[in-house]
Amino acid sequence: MAQVPVSWFLSLSAVLFVLGVAGFVFRRNIITVFMSIELMLNAVNLSFVTFAYQRQAVDAHLFVFFVMVVAAAEAAVGLAIILTVFKNRATLNIDEVDSMKN
Amino acid sequence: MQLWLIPILPLAGFLINGLFGRRFSKSLVHTVAVGSVALAFAWVLKTLFGLGELHTAYSEHYFTWIQSGTFAVQCDFSVDRLTAVMLLVVTGVGSLIHIYSIGYMAHEGGYYRFFAYMNLFMFFMLTLVLAANYLVLFVGWEGVGLCSYLLIGFYFDKKFATDAGNKAFIVNRIGDFGFSLAIFYMVRHFGSLDFATVFAKAPSAPESVLTIIGLLLLVGACGKSAQLPLYVWLPDAMAGPTPVSALIHAATMVTAGVYMTARSWAIYTHAPAAMSAIAIMGIATAFFAATIGITQYDIKKVFAYSTVSQLGYMFVGVGCGAFSAGIYHLMTHAFFKALLFLGSGAVIHALSGEQDMRNMGGLRKYTPWTCWTMFCASLAIAGFPFTSGFLSKDAILLAANHSAPWIYWVGTLTAGMTAFYVFRAFFMTFFGEYRGHEHHPHEAPLSMRIPLVILAALSLGGGYLFKVPEFLRQVFPTYEVPEDTGLMLIASSAGIIGILLAYLMYVARPAIPESIAASLDGLYTLVYNKYFVDEIYGAAVVTPVVSGSRAVLWKGMDAGLIDGTVNGVGVVARGVGSVLRLMQSGNIRSYATWVAFGGVLLIVAMGIAGGLR
Repeated sequence: MAQVPVSWFLSLSAVLFVLGVAGFVFRRNIITVFMSIELMLNAVNLSFVTFAYQRQAVDAHLFVFFVMVVAAAEAAVGLAIILTVFKNRATLNIDEVDSMKN
Repeated sequence: MQLWLIPILPLAGFLINGLFGRRFSKSLVHTVAVGSVALAFAWVLKTLFGLGELHTAYSEHYFTWIQSGTFAVQCDFSVDRLTAVMLLVVTGVGSLIHIYSIGYMAHEGGYYRFFAYMNLFMFFMLTLVLAANYLVLFVGWEGVGLCSYLLIGFYFDKKFATDAGNKAFIVNRIGDFGFSLAIFYMVRHFGSLDFATVFAKAPSAPESVLTIIGLLLLVGACGKSAQLPLYVWLPDAMAGPTPVSALIHAATMVTAGVYMTARSWAIYTHAPAAMSAIAIMGIATAFFAATIGITQYDIKKVFAYSTVSQLGYMFVGVGCGAFSAGIYHLMTHAFFKALLFLGSGAVIHALSGEQDMRNMGGLRKYTPWTCWTMFCASLAIAGFPFTSGFLSKDAILLAANHSAPWIYWVGTLTAGMTAFYVFRAFFMTFFGEYRGHEHHPHEAPLSMRIPLVILAALSLGGGYLFKVPEFLRQVFPTYEVPEDTGLMLIASSAGIIGILLAYLMYVARPAIPESIAASLDGLYTLVYNKYFVDEIYGAAVVTPVVSGSRAVLWKGMDAGLIDGTVNGVGVVARGVGSVLRLMQSGNIRSYATWVAFGGVLLIVAMGIAGGLR
């Protein structure tokens, strides 16, 4: 069975990352933005795993676990914050949550 | 001997009156002021009697003022015979003028301020004459200039008085600039400023050095003693109260230049070019100022130009090598010119402030004391035979004839003019019909009459009382001029002719002056307007300096360069900030855009640098 070339994994990772960035920059909804962040994290995870597979080394898996743990914790805290924001302001538009600015 | 007490006494008077005088009664103010000066005079007498013959200079050392490597300036006072003469003149005439001021200033505001300044002036003047080196002398020199400025501008609510004060101060700066250059040059060349050291080293110094120092000192003397071309401040200085004119601008301060040049005789005797410069400047000033004096109508202006002219005489004496004759004239001039000013002050007092002689006349009947004491002073300044003025002027003219006969002849002509304008003033004031507006001209009070009488006696006999040339013979290099009765007769007859001419024109035939003025219209206008010297200085010096300062220093340097640099820094910082500010929007997604943008930039850079193989 022919092996899938490494560059394909990396290209997929880059595409996912750019999608994450684009979503983070262009979307207004907080939840979408939050999901974009997760997408970027996982894009990075994919490139880590790819390199680990290419070099036949487990070091990179370690980083992936760390990222996943942090992302899980972040998701828990972040969703809690989003819930509170929505409760207080009845909006999920990120541009309207700017009380720190003024 | 406690020489320091002499200047410290007036200083104490200044401090007491200056700090607390506002709360004192007038009698307490003048008791302190006159008392301190009189005590200084008494202390001078006691010191001089205690020192005896003074064959060598007596010095006192107080403390080291400046110590820098081998160069040191001591705060020293010393007394020799020249200092003794100056001390007696300054404290003696100073005391009389202080007494006079009690009466003159009685109705003026700022009584304590006036006496405080006068005492401060005495302090600086005594420091000047007691100094044992050029730097301490310079301290006194600047101090008297300050007091002169303060007292000229005494009526500070009058614009012309403050302008005159500024003018005196600024013109004196030019002279003081020369003096300070001379001091620097002396430090460089002699390594010391002590009179004793400098004069001991002077004979072995190159003539060029001595000439430069001599000429620079002359610039200083020229400013302080109101000689051509820096005399312009003195006539304006008459804006001050009349006792100030008498003390500072006739008897003492303006003679400081003569004293300083005479003191520096060891430098000048080895610099003949500088000596000639002094003599020529002196005679030119004497003649020039006398011509202006003839045409003036303000009684104080006449005597102001007369002072300029007489100071010129003193410089002629010094410049011709007859140092003692110059000092002799300094002393007699202090007597008769102080008297002329005090007398004119009494006249102004009698007429409640009138200074124009066209509004006087016939005052002999109302103010006999003033009239006859001023007559004595006028005789003395005219060089009438056997008065003090005659003795000193004769000594100068003889010396002038010895070194350059043309100076003698110009001097004699000037003596004739001097006699003419002084008696013109005398006759216009005291003779003829009274033309004034004040209805009750009144004689001066006793405190003003006593100094007048004492000074009148000194004007006539002071020259015999203090034979200065003999007293100073051992101070200055020997300078013997044979007595010449013929020359003496010519000079004194010039004076008498001047007096008679004045009598003819202003008492016997009062119509003559106007017809002469009319026939010499152009010349008269020129002289009456003081040769337009003030206007020329204004156009040639003041206006260019002011407009240059305005255009270059103010608009160019200050507003353009300095403000421009400071404001430019601010403008650049604001400009950069206003661009950078856009990045800090507070919008999290724009930050993210910047981060992404930076990441892309980093990858491109790595690609270009060969990071991707």
